Amino acid sequence: MALKMVKGSIDRMFDKNLQDLVRGIRNHKEDEAKYISQCIDEIKQELKQDNIAVKANAVCKLTYLQMLGYDISWAAFNIIEVMSASKFTFKRIGYLAASQSFHEGTDVIMLTTNQIRKDLSSPSQYDTGVALTGLSCFVTPDLARDLANDIMTLMSHTKPYIRKKAVLIMYKVFLKYPESLRPAFPRLKEKLEDPDPGVQSAAVNVICELARRNPKNYLSLAPLFFKLMTSSTNNWVLIKIIKLFGALTPLEPRLGKKLIEPLTNLIHSTSAMSLLYECVNTVIAVLISLSSGMPNHSASIQLCVQKLRILIEDSDQNLKYLGLLAMSKILKTHPKSVQSHKDLILQCLDDKDESIRLRALDLLYGMVSKKNLMEIVKKLMTHVDKAEGTTYRDELLTKIIDICSQSNYQHITNFEWYISILVELTRLEGTRHGHLIAAQMLDVAIRVKAIRKFAVSQMSALLDNAHLVASSTQRNGICEVLYAAAWICGEFSEHLQEPQHTLEAMLRPKVTTLPGHIQAVYVQNVVKLYASILQQKEQVADMEEAQAVTQLMVDRLPQFVQSADLEVQERASCILQLVKHVQKLQAKAVPVAEEVSALFAGELNPVAPKAQKKVPVPEGLDLDAWINEPLSDSESEDEKPKAMFHEEEQRQAKHRLPEVDEEELARRREARKQEQANNPFYIKSSPSPQKRYQDAPGVEHIPVVQIDLSVPLKVPGLPLSDQYVRLEEERRHRQRLEKDKRRKKRRDKEKKGKRRHGSLPTESDEDIAPAQQVDIVTEEMPENALPSDEDDKDPNDPYRALDIDLDKPLADSEKLPVQKHRNSENAKSPEKEDVPVVEKKSKKPKKKEKKHKEKEREKEKKKEKERKKPSKHKKKHKKEKEERPKDKKRSRKKLPGSEEAPGEPMQNGALEEGPLPPMSSYSLLAENSYIKMTYGVQGSLQDSQVTVSIILENLSSSVLKSMELSVLDSLNTRMARPEGSSVHDGVPVPFQLPPGVSNEAQFVFTVQSIVMAQKLKGTLSFIAKDDEGATQEKLDFKLHFSCSSYLTTTPCYSDAFAKLLESGDLSMSSIRVDGISMSFQNLLTKICFHHHFSVVERVDSCASMYSRSIQGHHVCLLVKKGENSVSVDGKCSDATLLSNMLEEMKATLATC
Amino acid sequence: EIQQIVRETFHLVLKRDDNICNFLEGGSLIGGSDYKLIYRHYATLYFVFCVDSSESELGILDLIQVFVETLDKCFENVCELDLIFHMDKVHYILQEVVMGGMVLETNMNEIVAQIEAQNRLEKSEGGLSAAPARAVSAVKNINLPEIPRNINIGDLNIKVPNLSQFV
Repeated sequence: MALKMVKGSIDRMFDKNLQDLVRGIRNHKEDEAKYISQCIDEIKQELKQDNIAVKANAVCKLTYLQMLGYDISWAAFNIIEVMSASKFTFKRIGYLAASQSFHEGTDVIMLTTNQIRKDLSSPSQYDTGVALTGLSCFVTPDLARDLANDIMTLMSHTKPYIRKKAVLIMYKVFLKYPESLRPAFPRLKEKLEDPDPGVQSAAVNVICELARRNPKNYLSLAPLFFKLMTSSTNNWVLIKIIKLFGALTPLEPRLGKKLIEPLTNLIHSTSAMSLLYECVNTVIAVLISLSSGMPNHSASIQLCVQKLRILIEDSDQNLKYLGLLAMSKILKTHPKSVQSHKDLILQCLDDKDESIRLRALDLLYGMVSKKNLMEIVKKLMTHVDKAEGTTYRDELLTKIIDICSQSNYQHITNFEWYISILVELTRLEGTRHGHLIAAQMLDVAIRVKAIRKFAVSQMSALLDNAHLVASSTQRNGICEVLYAAAWICGEFSEHLQEPQHTLEAMLRPKVTTLPGHIQAVYVQNVVKLYASILQQKEQVADMEEAQAVTQLMVDRLPQFVQSADLEVQERASCILQLVKHVQKLQAKAVPVAEEVSALFAGELNPVAPKAQKKVPVPEGLDLDAWINEPLSDSESEDEKPKAMFHEEEQRQAKHRLPEVDEEELARRREARKQEQANNPFYIKSSPSPQKRYQDAPGVEHIPVVQIDLSVPLKVPGLPLSDQYVRLEEERRHRQRLEKDKRRKKRRDKEKKGKRRHGSLPTESDEDIAPAQQVDIVTEEMPENALPSDEDDKDPNDPYRALDIDLDKPLADSEKLPVQKHRNSENAKSPEKEDVPVVEKKSKKPKKKEKKHKEKEREKEKKKEKERKKPSKHKKKHKKEKEERPKDKKRSRKKLPGSEEAPGEPMQNGALEEGPLPPMSSYSLLAENSYIKMTYGVQGSLQDSQVTVSIILENLSSSVLKSMELSVLDSLNTRMARPEGSSVHDGVPVPFQLPPGVSNEAQFVFTVQSIVMAQKLKGTLSFIAKDDEGATQEKLDFKLHFSCSSYLTTTPCYSDAFAKLLESGDLSMSSIRVDGISMSFQNLLTKICFHHHFSVVERVDSCASMYSRSIQGHHVCLLVKKGENSVSVDGKCSDATLLSNMLEEMKATLATC
Repeated sequence: EIQQIVRETFHLVLKRDDNICNFLEGGSLIGGSDYKLIYRHYATLYFVFCVDSSESELGILDLIQVFVETLDKCFENVCELDLIFHMDKVHYILQEVVMGGMVLETNMNEIVAQIEAQNRLEKSEGGLSAAPARAVSAVKNINLPEIPRNINIGDLNIKVPNLSQFV
């Protein structure tokens, strides 16, 4: 019966495992969300149970749900619980869940630090491995800082499995905690020559990753990598190294020269396509770096291009793609050698694979010249027509525009052709790049003055057919071109053939369906158009016509006044009023055209986008200061130079306020001009406001342009660009004949001394002269613009923090924080305060430091300062790299093991009162003239094992190698030895020690009974090797396992604690120590640190503490402090353990 | 947001023919032009890796092959059902190949050896739940046409976030 119940509850507990959950979800397709929320409720129940297996199962299911997109952040704490399970099965589940769901914002993540540290030092390699894997996914800056040293130690672990993981994770640590890079780098370098290929490849991987971001710091490793490259047979490693060289060569051309030969050999010999491809890539990089220096590598280029051609011609699409990719790199420096493969690339445009077509497009971008531009674009246009899928078509469209507009339209010989291409592109359906086309139209029309007439005619046709554009693609942005069309027609209305017709087109009711910003431009440009029509009509004195136009305006404008768009509405009502005013004047037969056109006098110049930024702030100018007192608004408004409107104002003033003094006006104008001339922020508009718009559209600016009418300007209807291709050919032919003659003509013109603004296309380019002699107006920049282009760099790049010089010897301040010894180091050399120096030294300020951390640091700093006062030894700051670790260790030596302080001040809430002496859990094991050993013992909850960490420090000038630690096992305590070795064999130390270096080795012991302290005798044997020879040496020692070392810090809640005490199966004992002067807080901290207790509760000078042995004994303490005595009452499930424990504690307390 | 990435990636990959190349240019979807999607297609399964420019494209294709062969060995003739129902195991295997977004091991024998050692360790501890042998009944309830979709969403999920952690 009872058995049945148990069975039933087990069934219920395991009611759903992961497989059941998955199955359930699949069976509930229609109400999946409901089913899952039900499951989550179940999981919540399961998480409340004490059974770790149930919890693990629940977490496992949660991981799956997380993958489906459900939030499981609420279970973060449970995940940590499962992570700290002792069984590997559960631990693995916990870490998996953590790696999937934790991120930097997870606040419980800081609770994991100690758990992870424990797992990292676990004797089981898979516990360590699983912790490393998990950590790699959720490492934070705090975790990286706290665990960097532990991971460093693991890099020399005996198991290659751990070594490779430790090496790899270092990259993550570097990213989060850049200060660790320099201290860790020597060991990382060492791992490049690790005997295990996996470790080696991990090290190569990490260094390549680092070097990719900041190659210059890794140049010194080039010889080492060169050796690896010529010796390694692992293609993975080779590929990585070759890629790395690709990054290094641009910095060191000499390296490139050396590389060419082995790389070409590899290209010829290897059968692996991946390797071949990377070799070609790197050769290309080398060639690029050499291209300036030596032109003699045409053979290599030929080889590369040849190999790439093979790749591109291959039927494997992957190879084809990569071939094109690499080809585009060659293109940058050796365009000629690629251009000969134009056929192949054009062929790729027909490929069914979009990725390949895109790559081919990229290549085309670089391949165009004046000669082939039209042909290539024509080809592209046919693709545009054929293309299915808007993404690719849009891509084509942008590419066409890119190709044509690259380097200031350098390849375009015939702008009419280009305008017609643009117009053709507007007929694309569903493109998202209307604005791009619009921008091109505007740009060309503004900057290429000779083309304006043609552009205007095209644009007016476009406006006329606006319904085609706007109706078919209402939402898709092609209507953006109307924006450009309206503006061009308005701004250059003097070129319009039938302005009135265009005006009507722009005032059609249909226009109001366009987006607001386009309507706004329509409204504004309608007026420009109107102004120029008025001008024309008045010139021929056709007053009736003029009035009719005005009437049209008055009739049609109200439709815009009703617009929902504020901008449109505002402009329209403003202009409507203006037109009405004009109408009144017209009724009185006053000529108004001049004044209306004066509204738009002036020429627009293109201004470089960065121009404003580039203006240096003049000395002594404070931009934040008030120019005038804040109240006098009206005045400061007046000072803003707005030339266009000033002119207008003055005119109006003349009309209406004739009493204003002419001289006064002239004087003011002069003053303003002066001001503008001196004002670097003023973007100069048309130079002479005196000139009238119609007879001088910026005359000085424009060189007299000869429009060579070898091509008929007016193509009826919407033009076809193809016609131009044909025409262009004819033209070129004719041109060749006429060339000499024309050259002479042009020279004549230049003699006239007109200055040209832009880059005139020269005849050097394959002797093709452009159809229009084009004046490309360059963008204006302020005169004293700063040439630097700093603003391109992103200051937030996380990799910049890793830009660290690695060849400099390590400075004293650069140590990884070792949690337990940190304070002792500082005590010895107070100037080397960890924190402040690091802060000063580090090139980048730490990104996000949590506030409490800073507080903690400040406390530490305070402590340090206090300690600094008494100890006056000043240290020389500059020490040789070699000396440093020695020094560090010596400081440790001088510390007697009894001197102690908090290891985890945060955790135990210490540090509120007075300073604590530094402490270390490491004590001296043995020492002779060669070597010094210090050790610490740590219990682990698994299988009654303790880990002994021994720091071995080489004090001699010899290299110590073949170190072996042999220990005489007792019946109770045995050292864990590698499988197959006998009891008498020693355990090798997994590293060598060069002079002055120290390192830490860990040994595992299994213990049967832990109730008594133990001592073990042992010997360390080693070979000391120096210039004179090698000697066999040994050093005896006694390992002391105290009872405290079998305890592990385990947190305990007060209710559980109370239950434990009540249960009554604990035996009790107590001690009392007199003559204690230390504060209670520090006392507790000491007990916590040395005897591995944690504080359960503290009331005034009374505290309860708890710990657990590795075999599961509970130890409870009640610590009371009197005047200058302390009494400790203990309860423990084992009486002997308790009394021994208390004896040890007495010894500790006696030193207080 | 991960779901979004996975879904879009899946649709991108799904509509590609078998006879076109296995790389997809990184768009805004996966963090910019430095990244690429590299995938391989096995029957109803797609394996998609998102990598940055420090990885060799062909190398990653090989790596996918290694990963799939490893799965095959560990599950003994892997099929999509294995992957659906043993997502955790797939993760463990993947973690031996790629760690924190970096390639850890490329030697298949080594990977399989480590996985098996860990499985033995788990077995010696008694496993997560010793009991249910109901997996067989699962097979009946499966709606076959749906399978690839499920797997892919799951499968991608482990890779995309992992590798994009390169950033």
